[in-house]
Amino acid sequence: MGVGIEVRDLKAYFSGVEALHGINMTVGANQVTAIIGPSGCGKSTYVRCLNRMHETIPGATLQGQVVVGDTDVMKANAVDIRRRIGMVFQKPNPFPTMSIYDNVAAGLKLNGVRNHKRMDEVVETSLRRAALWDEVKDLLKKKSGASLSGGQQQRLCIARALAVEPEVLLMDEPASALDPISTGKIEELIDELKKNYTIVIVTHNMQQAARVAGYTGFFLLGNLIEFDKTEKIFTNPSDKRTEDYITGRFG
Amino acid sequence: MRTRFHQSLDELKERLLRMGGLAEQAVDRATEAYRKRDVALCQLVLDAERSINIMEREIDELALDLLAMQQPMAIDLRFIIAVVKINADLERVGDQAVNVVQRVLELAKLPEAELNVDIPRVAEVASRMVRTSLEAFIYARPDVAETVLKLDDTLDELNAQTYHSMMSLMEKSPGLTPQALNTLLISRNLERVGDHATNIAEDVIFWVRGADVRHHFSAGESAING
Repeated sequence: MGVGIEVRDLKAYFSGVEALHGINMTVGANQVTAIIGPSGCGKSTYVRCLNRMHETIPGATLQGQVVVGDTDVMKANAVDIRRRIGMVFQKPNPFPTMSIYDNVAAGLKLNGVRNHKRMDEVVETSLRRAALWDEVKDLLKKKSGASLSGGQQQRLCIARALAVEPEVLLMDEPASALDPISTGKIEELIDELKKNYTIVIVTHNMQQAARVAGYTGFFLLGNLIEFDKTEKIFTNPSDKRTEDYITGRFG
Repeated sequence: MRTRFHQSLDELKERLLRMGGLAEQAVDRATEAYRKRDVALCQLVLDAERSINIMEREIDELALDLLAMQQPMAIDLRFIIAVVKINADLERVGDQAVNVVQRVLELAKLPEAELNVDIPRVAEVASRMVRTSLEAFIYARPDVAETVLKLDDTLDELNAQTYHSMMSLMEKSPGLTPQALNTLLISRNLERVGDHATNIAEDVIFWVRGADVRHHFSAGESAING
C-alpha cells in the first residue's frame, strides 16, 4: 500500500544557491499528485529531494524535513529510501543489453534475492501491474529491454521500479517522450497503480495533470504557489500566478 | 504567451456583443412596435431573427473550435462555457421579441381598447435587464450582474400585475378577450426576456468569480470549487 508524504520547510541548494525556498506539502497516501510549473521552477528538483536523488549531484544539499509514512527520509539510509520510493524518468532507460526479464529482476538481485521461483513471481506481478505482461510474456528472456518500443520501454521501467515493492512512485515527465497511444496507456496505468502506490508526477502537460492527478501543486521560481484539488486548480485557481500560468498568460 | 488563443477569445467576445446588440435591438423594436402598433417595425424584428440565428451558430462553432483545439483552463474555460450559454440565451431573447411582434400583429388587426396596463414599463425593465447584463459581460463586472438579478423580482411583479388585470378584464368584458389575451402574452414574453437576462448575469458571475449562483445558491454553496 502507498503511504503519505509530509514535506516541511524543504530547501534545496546547488553549490550553496537556494533553488527551493521552503516547500510545505502533504501528499495523501494512494493519491496521484501532479507537480506543474514552467521550466526551471524547481519541480524536478523537488521530486528528486523526496527520495534523496538530489544529493547525488555534486554540490547539491538539502534542508528541511520529508517524512514518508513514519520514516524521516533525511535520517534514513539513502539506498533504502530509494528502494521504498521508486523513480521513473522522462526518457525510458532500460538496461540495454539485459533481457526483459533481467531488467525487471535487476533490483531484486541487487537486494540479494536468489530464489528463482520468487523472482519469476515478482517479474510476472510487476509486468502485469505495469500493463506489459501480455505483450512480452513469450519474449521475457529472448529479447532485450532496448528492443521494445518507447512506450513499452517506459512500462518496463515502471515494472522494474515496482519489482522492489516501493510505497511511493515518483515520475518525472514519464510520458513526454511517448506518442499519444503510449501516453494513454501510461495514464491508465497511473490510475491503476494508485490503488497500491502513492504517486507524484512531474509534468509539463497540464491536460495530463488534469487527467491523472487528484491533487496538483504549481511551482514557480522555487516556491510552491498553490496546492489544491486538481479540479480547483484547473477551473478556479486561488492565486493569480497559477491562473496566468495555466491560461498561458506567461511562460 | 498564447497570443493567438487570446485574440480568438477577444473575437468570441466581440461576436457575442454584436449578437447581444441585435437581441437588445429586437426587444426595443418589438416594444416600440407595440406602442405604435407599427407593422413595418414588426417586420424588421422578424427579419432580424435570421441574422441572430446565423450568429448563434457561428459563435457556437468558434467556441467549440477553441475548446477542441486550445484546451482552455480556468478563467478562459469558464469564459467559453459562459459564452456558449449566453449565446443560447440571446438567441432566445430574439425569439421572445419575435413572439411579441406576432402578438402585436394580432393586436393591430383588432379594434383599439383601453386596457389599463403598463406594457412599456414591463418592456423597459426587461430591456434594461438585457442591457445591464451585457454591460456586466463587456466590463467583466459581477457586481453589475447582481443588479440584474434584483431587477428580476420587479419584472415578475409587473408581469403578475398584468396577468391579474387582464384576467379580470376578460371576466368583466369578454368582448375584449382577444386584446387582453395578446397583451397578457406580450407581458409574459417580456418576463421571459428578463429570465434570459438573469441567466446571462449569472453566467457573467460564473465566468469572473468561478461561482455558480444559479437557482438562488450563494457563491459559498456553489457547485464549482469556490
